[in-house]
Amino acid sequence: MGFSERSTDFIDSKRVAKSRTDIFFHWLTLFLLVFFAVVMITPFLWLLSSSLKTQINIFQFPPQLIPDPFMPQNYVYALTYKPFGLYFRNTLIVAGLNVLAVVFTSSFCAYGFARMRFPGRDFWFGIVMATLFLPYAILLVPSFIIFSRLGWVDTFLPLVVPQFFGGGAFNIFLMRQFFRTIPEEIADAARIDGCSEFGVYWRIMLPLSKPALITIAIFTFLFAWNDLIGPMTYLRSPDNFTIAVGLASFRSQTDIHWDLQLAASTAVTLPVIVLFFLAQRYFIQGVVMTGLKG
Amino acid sequence: MTSLTAKREAEPGFWLSRQYNRLTLKQRRTLMGYLFIMPFILGFLVWWLGPAMVAGYLTVHKWNFLSAPRFIGLAHFEKLVSDPILAQSLKVTIVFSAISVPLGLVFAFFLASLINSKFRFIAIFRTIYFLPSIVPAVANAILWAWLFNTEFGLINYIIRAFGGPKIGWLQDPNWVMLAFVILTVWGVGGSMIIFLAGLQGIPQIFYEAAEIDGAGRWQRLLHVTLPMMSPIIFFNLVIGFINSFQVFVSALLITDGGPQRATLFLVLHIWRTAFSSQKMGYASVLSWLLFAILMLLSFFVFRYIGSRVYYENPGE
Repeated sequence: MGFSERSTDFIDSKRVAKSRTDIFFHWLTLFLLVFFAVVMITPFLWLLSSSLKTQINIFQFPPQLIPDPFMPQNYVYALTYKPFGLYFRNTLIVAGLNVLAVVFTSSFCAYGFARMRFPGRDFWFGIVMATLFLPYAILLVPSFIIFSRLGWVDTFLPLVVPQFFGGGAFNIFLMRQFFRTIPEEIADAARIDGCSEFGVYWRIMLPLSKPALITIAIFTFLFAWNDLIGPMTYLRSPDNFTIAVGLASFRSQTDIHWDLQLAASTAVTLPVIVLFFLAQRYFIQGVVMTGLKG
Repeated sequence: MTSLTAKREAEPGFWLSRQYNRLTLKQRRTLMGYLFIMPFILGFLVWWLGPAMVAGYLTVHKWNFLSAPRFIGLAHFEKLVSDPILAQSLKVTIVFSAISVPLGLVFAFFLASLINSKFRFIAIFRTIYFLPSIVPAVANAILWAWLFNTEFGLINYIIRAFGGPKIGWLQDPNWVMLAFVILTVWGVGGSMIIFLAGLQGIPQIFYEAAEIDGAGRWQRLLHVTLPMMSPIIFFNLVIGFINSFQVFVSALLITDGGPQRATLFLVLHIWRTAFSSQKMGYASVLSWLLFAILMLLSFFVFRYIGSRVYYENPGE
């Protein structure tokens, strides 16, 4: 009896001591959280603030933090100086086709890798993983030669067609990992009811994989929206430019007009942030559920 | 009656389905399996193997894209060894990787542990930490060129407010590398989210068991978190190296390779060789060189670091 009392005393005193360090770590974590949040967000605020200054005020030291006078007109000047509406349309075409291609072909291939057993499967999956570790910068020059022989330069085809062939190793990998978390019994039940293998993929697996599909759709859209090297290599006439190429050429032509460049940059960043907020729930869920393990 | 059967037999669909019915179950599975992965196989042959062969052909040819390719043997490889611009570009790329990859990895892990804690508004912090990584590359380059502006940039303003010197971030070859490391580390949100997913996948019971055994914070990190996270750390390390060897947009738009070629990253050098100087043959050699470097790097990473990774279900 006495022994057990003493031992609980011991535990209690330890708990008090521990909770004191816990409180310390609690506040330390909170402090670090806020500190790094400020570090991460400051460039955005600086971007926004600079984009609303006059061309004279932007070259002022020490800098104005709140723009005075306030220049929302910068956005109108910047976005009409070049046909950004047209660039926007071009980007939507390219990005939309990319999303369509990736969502269907990467899940289709991933189904074969995740759920079918056949000789050579592991060999081909090894090749998928090998291409994951090979950046497309390696193939930039020879691919350009092939596409120019096909007469595809200055069209959207080089930016779209390759995506219809598997949609990239990373997406196949992600979808395969996700498919493997879905119980095989569901598929078996469908097969007993007379569902074909394609039917299992189309009617069972795809509807159950919405978080993963939305995740890869967002990744793909962001990539197409942000990509410069591909469009810069293949698109020649300004009428075909995407947002990224348009913004890059806008920068090279308006050398010291920082106000306009920063306004255009903000305008190009905004849709991405909005998209992220709309899809955030699916996106985090997709990454967490897939787990990226094994 | 017979004519109807003959007509049906002549249809290609009928013939196909009869052939399919003759197959054993195993053969059918194989057929279906290859049908499913066929897009990837075709894509690999056309968009990977094809270009690789074109690049192989061009390594021994001189070609300016206009006239016919001219066979020059191994001259490109001789040039490779004695090319001072290439040496500079390799140095830049390797130094950048060696600094930014480990630093980015540690920072991403640190941020992931911060946002893994339980606070009321933690979702807001997660979003803020992730946002920098989704800024479009071109907009990002313009933003950082402005932040690092020597006279009017915010970074020099803060440094000078604390009594520091005026640093020529983008004009001074000694400082420009640090500038690129800073802007890269700012955008580690992607690997941070992957770390966060990993941290949340560690069963709480391991921490409780370690605590009962008297393990402190530091020991729990060292003996529970790190071993459990090792596959994800490894994944992020490999992806980090691959990305760091592909720096292009920021080098092109912020500094255009300068000052004094201090940011002439390898991919920028390849791109200029191909599309500014029209040296398709030499650019192909450089592409193969990048491929060889990444292969070698992957080999060493898998051989010496991959073998220390702990997997819960080996062979899965």
